Amino acid sequence: MLPCPNLDAPPQCGRALTEETLHTKHTLRTLAVVAAAGLALTACGTTSSSSTASSGSNCPSGLKIAFLGAQTGDYANLGINISNGANVALDDYNKANSDCKVTMQKFDSQGDPNQATKLATQIIQDKSIVGVVGPAFSGESGATGDAFNGAGLVTVSASATDPALTTHGWTTFHRVVATDADQAPQDAKYIKDTLNAKKVFVIDDSSEYGKGLADGVRKGLGNLVTGNDAVQQKQTDFSATVTKVTSSGADAVFYGGYYAEAGLLIKQLKAAGYKGAFMSGDGSLDPGFIQAAGADAANGAILTCPCAPSSADFTAKYKADNSGAEPGTYSAEGYDAANVILSGIAEGKYTRADLLDWVNNYDQDGLTKHIKFNKGDVSTVVIYAYKVGGGKIQPGTPIK
Amino acid sequence: MHALALNFDFLFSNFSQLTVTGLALGAVYAMVALGYTMVYGVLQLINFAHSEVFMYGTFATLWTVYFMGGTAHTSGFALARMFAVAMVVAMVVSALVALLLERVAYRPLLRRNSPQLMALISAIGASFVLSESMGLRDNITRWIGLNDNFSRYVSGARDTRGLPMDIQTHKLFPIGNYQVTNIDLIVICCALLMMLLLDQFVRRSRLGRGIRAVAQDPESAALMGVNSTRVVQLTFLLGGLMAGAAATLYMLRIGATRFDAGFILGVKAFTAAVMGGIGNLRGALVGGLVLGVAENWGSALVGTQWKDVVAFVLLVVILLFRPTGILGESLGKARV
Repeated sequence: MLPCPNLDAPPQCGRALTEETLHTKHTLRTLAVVAAAGLALTACGTTSSSSTASSGSNCPSGLKIAFLGAQTGDYANLGINISNGANVALDDYNKANSDCKVTMQKFDSQGDPNQATKLATQIIQDKSIVGVVGPAFSGESGATGDAFNGAGLVTVSASATDPALTTHGWTTFHRVVATDADQAPQDAKYIKDTLNAKKVFVIDDSSEYGKGLADGVRKGLGNLVTGNDAVQQKQTDFSATVTKVTSSGADAVFYGGYYAEAGLLIKQLKAAGYKGAFMSGDGSLDPGFIQAAGADAANGAILTCPCAPSSADFTAKYKADNSGAEPGTYSAEGYDAANVILSGIAEGKYTRADLLDWVNNYDQDGLTKHIKFNKGDVSTVVIYAYKVGGGKIQPGTPIK
Repeated sequence: MHALALNFDFLFSNFSQLTVTGLALGAVYAMVALGYTMVYGVLQLINFAHSEVFMYGTFATLWTVYFMGGTAHTSGFALARMFAVAMVVAMVVSALVALLLERVAYRPLLRRNSPQLMALISAIGASFVLSESMGLRDNITRWIGLNDNFSRYVSGARDTRGLPMDIQTHKLFPIGNYQVTNIDLIVICCALLMMLLLDQFVRRSRLGRGIRAVAQDPESAALMGVNSTRVVQLTFLLGGLMAGAAATLYMLRIGATRFDAGFILGVKAFTAAVMGGIGNLRGALVGGLVLGVAENWGSALVGTQWKDVVAFVLLVVILLFRPTGILGESLGKARV
């Protein structure tokens, strides 16, 4: 089987002969979503242009920002978390700037780099779009970076964590989140200093993301690593891995991978009598981890993430703006990403060139951290540890 | 870095544990493999949608546990009763799905004498329809306006859904340095018992004789008054029952499922059927057990990410020396 990651590089996500090869459903759904979004926008467009026409400022009518990321498909949850977070920022902006309203058009990539490339062309050709929130995932960010850079259209991603993305020399690519390379050393530190583990068993899921993270942790732990194994995505029976862990006498397990496998792994480890700690990265930070593991087995697990927990204030606004939905992973970063762009529009940066310049020189406090970009990377690095307790993911605390 | 060092020490020092857990996994493979093998024996047709029959069984198990009020604290006798009921429900559900499949995806094609390739494509199509309708079940219930009442059953349609309780394992008796658990024992014994019953049914009962007759020579069987449509239905029914039971045993071991859980398991079970000799009931059993154990040994020896490589290399090697599988082909021909 080919790997099928979901957070960072949903690429030509491989389920050898399954849905990915037959695209009818996807295409139909995308069409429907695009059509619906188009309808909604024509409606919004008319109202906003009529209001701006009367205001008499130099604000161009029908100004738009775009969201590029998954709204449907297997990775929809994360994409929706981000676009909903951006909604809150948009709502804040429109309340404060009723004379120059902005709308956000969502482009649903389903997390697929191929679809994102086509959508990027559409976005670039729509001259009323001055900034992009996204692309959400690393795979699509990599695939569209050249196009956006060529068009001089600024993008701010809430969740693309592949360290390599800022090495291409793109002036338009920005992210408000720390990278995978920042996460692994902090994870290793937490295992050493907070968990005080002496024997750590490190497992990865053979994906680019999972292996990268696990290798970073292996490096950080050095000779505390007592054993290694690699599993596969979509694997459900981990009996051989469980045997390896229990016979190694490890007191902590680190898993680099995604929540579906992480959940089954911890469940089967606990069933075999494993009593030590369990830790995983942002790929496992999802309620689906607890769903798969069951509350009993999941309790006590530690999941780390460069994403910040949502404050009570933000949660209240988020629920009000998104018909009661709870904020999730990367919602607060979605707010920050949109806010970086919208604050520029509020300052009168109505063209792509002005706005790009604004973002490149941005230096302000955001919701999650102080935001200032260094070649596209955010200069403040914070990794949060989220503990599972009482069948829920508890709010994270920064690893110090 | 650690990938290709052959770790014989580990394999030998944990030999009994790897073997017992491998047998438990292999028993599930074997039960699903029976469905492939029986349909092949009678129709010379590979029913690729059989993996979804299994997947519906896992959800039937999960939902029965939900419906009977299973919580994180259900254990002991209540849990055992819950699983016994769940197994019956799963067998019925899987059998119904299998019969539906036969009615919708196969019989119209067979009646028109269409080429076997058509039936194969129809099976692949049916497999997508079944798996995606499970993966879109939240949308489906919303369209018919049931979402509020069933949210526990349909929410998170594309995610892995687990049983609410952790099934407590008890160590029963040692084999080598491994304490065999109650789950291992239940899964292996249950699977062997079901397969023994099926084997005896096909060998000794009147209906079983019908199956063998159609497998050997459909035309003569028809001349002798065997209703071949009934026989095909019966074959699908038996395959479905076995897949349903396998699904409950799978849930007992793995504890969680999702809409595409059937895919990989189906591929493995089909491999097991071919390995043992497709069309051969006892071959499916042998193939499943060999595959399960080989996967575990292979994982121990070269790393878990190689387990599929080990399984399929083994398949190729077996087919090189025994092109018709370990026990040879055919449901009725040479050996019954």
